[in-house]
Amino acid sequence: MMLNQFLLLSAFLFGTGIYGVITRKHTVLVLASIELMLVAVNINLVAFGATLNNAVGQVFALFVLAIAAAEVGVGLAIVLLIYRNLRSANPDDVNVLKG
Amino acid sequence: MATGFDAWVLTLTTFTPIVGLALVLLIPKVEEELIKIVTLATTVLTLGFALYVLYYFDYDHTAKLQFEVKKTWIEVINSNYHIGVDGISLPMLVLSAFVTVLCVIYSWNHFPEPHNVKAFLALILLLEVGMNGTFIAQDLILFFIFFEIVLLPMYFMIGVWGGPNREYASIKFFLFTLFGSALMLLAFLAIYFKTGINTFDIPDLIAADKSRITHGVQLIIFGGMFLGFAIKVPMFPFHTWLPDAHTEAPTVGSVLLAAILLKLGTYGFIRIALPILPEAAKSWAPWIGLLAVIGIIYGALGCLAQTDMKRLIAFSSVAHMGYVMLGISSLTAFGINAAVFGMVAHGLITGMLFFIAGSVQHTFHTREMSRLGGLLTQAPKMGWILGFCSMASLGLPGLAGFWGEFPAILSVFQPADGLNVAVFRTYMVIAAIGTVLAAGYLLWMLQKVAFGTPKDEWKDHHIHDVGTAEWIAWLPMLVLILVLGVVPGLMFKTTDDAVKTIVKAFPSTQTAPVKSHEPQAEHGDDAGTEHSEGDGTDHAPAESEHSGG
Amino acid sequence: MKHYWFLDNAWLIPLIPAISYFVILLFGKRFGERAAWIGLASIGSAWVLACGTVVQWISHVNASEHGGEPGGEHGAVETIRAFGRSIKLAAEGASAGGEGHASFVANPIIHSTTWFQNNGFKLDVGIHIDGLAVMMLFVVTTISLLVHFYSTEYLKGDRRFNHYFAALSLFSASMLFLVVASNTLQLLVGWELVGLCSFMLIGHWWEEKPNSNAALKAFLTTRTGDIGLLAGVIMTFFVVQRYTGTGSFDITQVNQAAIGLSLDGNSKSLLFWCAAALLLAIIGKSGQFPLHTWLPDAMAGPTPVSALIHAATMVVAGVYLGARVYPIFHEGLNIGDGGINLMAAVGGATLLVGAGLAFVQNDIKKVLAYSTISQLGYMVMGLGVGAWSAAIFHLFTHAFFKANLFLGAGSVSHSGAHHSFDMKNDMGGLRKFMPKTFATFMIGTAALIGVPLTAGFFSKDEILATASANEYTFFKYVGLLGAVMTAAYMTRCVYLTFFGEYRGGHADHGDAHDSHAAHTADGDDHGHDHGHAASNDHGHDANGGPHESNFPILGPLYFLSFMSIFAGWIFAPMLHHIFHWEIFEKFPLWVDPHVGSRGFPILEHPEFAWIDPILATAAGVVGVTLAYLFYWRKAYGQNITERNGALGAGKKLLVNKYYLDVLYTDVIVGATKGPIAQAAYWVNQNVIDNVLRYTGKGAAGAAKFVYKYIDQKGVDGIYNGSAAGTSALGGLSSKLQTGRLQYYALLVLFLLSAVAFAVVITN
Repeated sequence: MMLNQFLLLSAFLFGTGIYGVITRKHTVLVLASIELMLVAVNINLVAFGATLNNAVGQVFALFVLAIAAAEVGVGLAIVLLIYRNLRSANPDDVNVLKG
Repeated sequence: MATGFDAWVLTLTTFTPIVGLALVLLIPKVEEELIKIVTLATTVLTLGFALYVLYYFDYDHTAKLQFEVKKTWIEVINSNYHIGVDGISLPMLVLSAFVTVLCVIYSWNHFPEPHNVKAFLALILLLEVGMNGTFIAQDLILFFIFFEIVLLPMYFMIGVWGGPNREYASIKFFLFTLFGSALMLLAFLAIYFKTGINTFDIPDLIAADKSRITHGVQLIIFGGMFLGFAIKVPMFPFHTWLPDAHTEAPTVGSVLLAAILLKLGTYGFIRIALPILPEAAKSWAPWIGLLAVIGIIYGALGCLAQTDMKRLIAFSSVAHMGYVMLGISSLTAFGINAAVFGMVAHGLITGMLFFIAGSVQHTFHTREMSRLGGLLTQAPKMGWILGFCSMASLGLPGLAGFWGEFPAILSVFQPADGLNVAVFRTYMVIAAIGTVLAAGYLLWMLQKVAFGTPKDEWKDHHIHDVGTAEWIAWLPMLVLILVLGVVPGLMFKTTDDAVKTIVKAFPSTQTAPVKSHEPQAEHGDDAGTEHSEGDGTDHAPAESEHSGG
Repeated sequence: MKHYWFLDNAWLIPLIPAISYFVILLFGKRFGERAAWIGLASIGSAWVLACGTVVQWISHVNASEHGGEPGGEHGAVETIRAFGRSIKLAAEGASAGGEGHASFVANPIIHSTTWFQNNGFKLDVGIHIDGLAVMMLFVVTTISLLVHFYSTEYLKGDRRFNHYFAALSLFSASMLFLVVASNTLQLLVGWELVGLCSFMLIGHWWEEKPNSNAALKAFLTTRTGDIGLLAGVIMTFFVVQRYTGTGSFDITQVNQAAIGLSLDGNSKSLLFWCAAALLLAIIGKSGQFPLHTWLPDAMAGPTPVSALIHAATMVVAGVYLGARVYPIFHEGLNIGDGGINLMAAVGGATLLVGAGLAFVQNDIKKVLAYSTISQLGYMVMGLGVGAWSAAIFHLFTHAFFKANLFLGAGSVSHSGAHHSFDMKNDMGGLRKFMPKTFATFMIGTAALIGVPLTAGFFSKDEILATASANEYTFFKYVGLLGAVMTAAYMTRCVYLTFFGEYRGGHADHGDAHDSHAAHTADGDDHGHDHGHAASNDHGHDANGGPHESNFPILGPLYFLSFMSIFAGWIFAPMLHHIFHWEIFEKFPLWVDPHVGSRGFPILEHPEFAWIDPILATAAGVVGVTLAYLFYWRKAYGQNITERNGALGAGKKLLVNKYYLDVLYTDVIVGATKGPIAQAAYWVNQNVIDNVLRYTGKGAAGAAKFVYKYIDQKGVDGIYNGSAAGTSALGGLSSKLQTGRLQYYALLVLFLLSAVAFAVVITN
């Protein structure tokens, strides 16, 4: 079984995603990185489902895909609004939550 | 104990407005029409429940609590959710539900400034909860809570929608009433501990043996209740909040205040103070009677000094409630029956007068009587209604006001046994003089407002006469004033037995009749024949039976 | 016992006009001027029914008289009532039994139904039909019918023609309701309604302040008397309770209780106070001294209303009350004992006071009003001296001749004097222009003065004769003096109105008119409104000169003139003495209550003696002669009152109405409305309210202290301290909040890593 390969791919993608989320200076890229992390999770789910001969993994993967689509929609809308208000898409400029 | 729907109907009568209140709060503020409709539907539904009670009430046992429910509520202090109606509370409950509906209808196009429909109607609904609840409560704590619920909406109604001097009036109203109810609560607690049966249940307390309480303590406890209720009535000298509150309150607020809120006080006397502490009541009665007759004369004099139409009507309430209290102070069934009748009659008549005063202000933007005149030429319908209500208010026989006044005066001729007859007969004469003063101030008002020709400043104005909403709101009251005046039996029949149970504590001895051994007198052999008679009122018994279902 | 349909159903009589009231009120607009005919038809049918009751009552009395029900038990009762003069009365009653009045029982027809119950007391509403009620039904419906008819012409084109007829219907209905009342409470209801209607009708032209003032005055003055009625009716209830043990308002029981209690010493004061209170009611309603002042002012209403008020309704309600519960007065005031009693004194005083005031009036209606007061004084005095039948008979005849005079005055004003009632400025010499009105007016005057063979002659004579027979000699002379004065002022009135030169017709009336005639408003709006627009000439008489009235006005005058003469002949002892025809003494047979001495005091009818009519006639002649000399021939010169100090002072007193109006309006009412009310209000605002204000201020001061020193420095310190601590902690943690997204993400990553690490290790 090639489970380990799948897991390695997934870990790589996840790490890339985290790196992107933390370092990118453009909010759209941050969003793209989040997508990468979700994809990594999906790969894990599918891989484990196939290995354990259990359909639940596949089903969850489908759910995550659907949710991801919605999330991207909402996320992009937020980004658009932030850009409109601040004339910038840099996440560092969004600090209204500062205590 | 009632079962099925009967067990729920009183609760529904009281708490339906809460549901309506929630609905109204959910509706956006701009949807004024919808808010009005929802409020109206709620109050009409409440009235429907009240009418159900009225229809299925057992008029053969009016002394018995009906639609009674008793559920454990606060176990620690042994306070129960005990509700029920008897012949005394029934008319008040129905009156309260009835007047609220009419007030909502009247508000339709007479909104006071600032025009916040949502808040205003929400307050009316909350007010109705308190009013209805007070009349069905059979537990002191429950009674107290409902009694206090009433306070807040009225405070806001005066304070927000009132006239120029509204802050002063509303705070005065609030403080007075709160002061009274604080003492009242103390009295309730004293009763709770002193009787030794540790209960707040009103029927239980009435039945309880009060001999453990010394007479002095009873007097003090009664005094506490007296202050609480007398301020609400209001009796002289605790009345000063009333003219201010009435003058400043918006029209609907005045109507509700006059029609229902004042009755909470007198109702409290009849329901709680007298039956629970009969001994103390007897000692207090001459003083209550004294304050009542002072109120009658004093209120009338206050009226004569007024130039503001609404303030005059407000002062007349002091005088009229004096008659109610005078009836109560006689401690006889006759007097208390008259008092209950007077409560309802005053509610209808003075409520109507406030409605008219409101409409006059709405039209002329003033209530100064010196600036008004010739209402009968400019708005003849309103003028005639004003005349009708003035006549009812001054106690013209054939209209409702008379049956509150006349039996009250009659009852003090021979008060309950043990009361000083000479003192009470003096009260009788003074009260009778009060009727002349009442005629004086009401007719002077009528003359200034309705007779004569319109003043120059209004000559060219087009004055709106009574409109549709006003007709719908007023007509039922006018009809009731007439019907109760012609067929007073409708009310007396309902209250009679219940009142008799209350006055059982005050036995009245009768002097032996002079004619004891003489033979039956020789007057007409057909004297007792049941037959018909000639004034159009010949269906009195039939009608009361009808309403009795 | 036989059933009499009309008597059994007498309740229909008040009901029909009451229905008519509501019909006119609700649908009047649709009918327009025809609304008058609804009123007329209703009162007409009531009149027919009333006539039916008269016929059936007479046959009922006849049947009782001949058909048995003898009053056999009387002898025993008379000895029980062995009280002073009662013995004598009883003896006379027995001996007078030959005349046949007191010796049989004709029970009143009583039907009632429960109105309501209050504490076990059943309060009934019903009818109590006896001779008195039947007589009143006849009088009220007759006068009311004539007034209705008269008004259709007199008020043609009035502003509120329909309202007028509606109120007139209700007025008649209330009075009839009062008349048939079977208990005193019902009587009170009718009484108050009558007061209301007179208020509405006196103030019919309420646009003008004087009219509404007069209406208010009438209502308030009678209402003052009603204090007595309220108290008195309440006491009737307890009179019955004292006697039978159960209270009741029933008139039969009240009367029986009053008679029964007269022997009980303890009840004397109750009876006295009851009688005194009811007397106050009579004083107020029947315009007795000293509450008579509203009656002349009540002339502000339309003239037909004045006729109705003065002849058949309103003011006679008081006398009717006195007659209805007469035993209360009889026993309470010891009327049977001779000497001076309250009721006779009030009546006698009123008689002279009213007559005196009539001399100085320039308004023809006011002359008549004061004459009514004076005549009511006769009636009340009659009741007070035990002349029950005579007093009631005087009420009966007075209704006709006074209505005749009032309607005649209305006719004069309507057609001869431009709606003015001022005799001095707008009348004079009218006999040439209005011969028919003049003739009827003269007949009325003759009856009022008491010219032999007219109605007033017999009734007044009977009062005086009974007074002297009952040893009330003093009041007999009071009555004779009154007769002199009556004759004199009526001569003056007739002279000023109908003789001399015509003084009216000058163009500008405005200033000459008194308030009642000055209905000048809205004359322009109604071209046809010649009723009461003084500046507006008659439609049918462009020149406005005096002329005779037309039939709707003259018709009632003819009928009333007829009655002014012949109504007196059913109780005419003089004629009976000469001719011995039964008809001459039917009135006491038909009207006296034949209920036995247990239910009513024994009524005595004196034997006829020639001295009485001669004295009365002499009094009339003296009065007429004096007035003729004084006013007509000016025997003492024009201005005697100005030349003679004492007479001048007397006139001034009279012109100012004994200053009673000043006392009432300015002193009592003025003080109540002004200073007393203001003072009470001042106390309210400044004393009672100040208690509150200072309590409030004290509380506020205490609150300030508590707030400043205890709350702010003490209690608040604790809270402030704890708040500071919390704040410092929060400041610390707020440093962590950079608000930067990726910083938070890193934190989350660290945290998750830590958790994952922990999980791995623990596993």
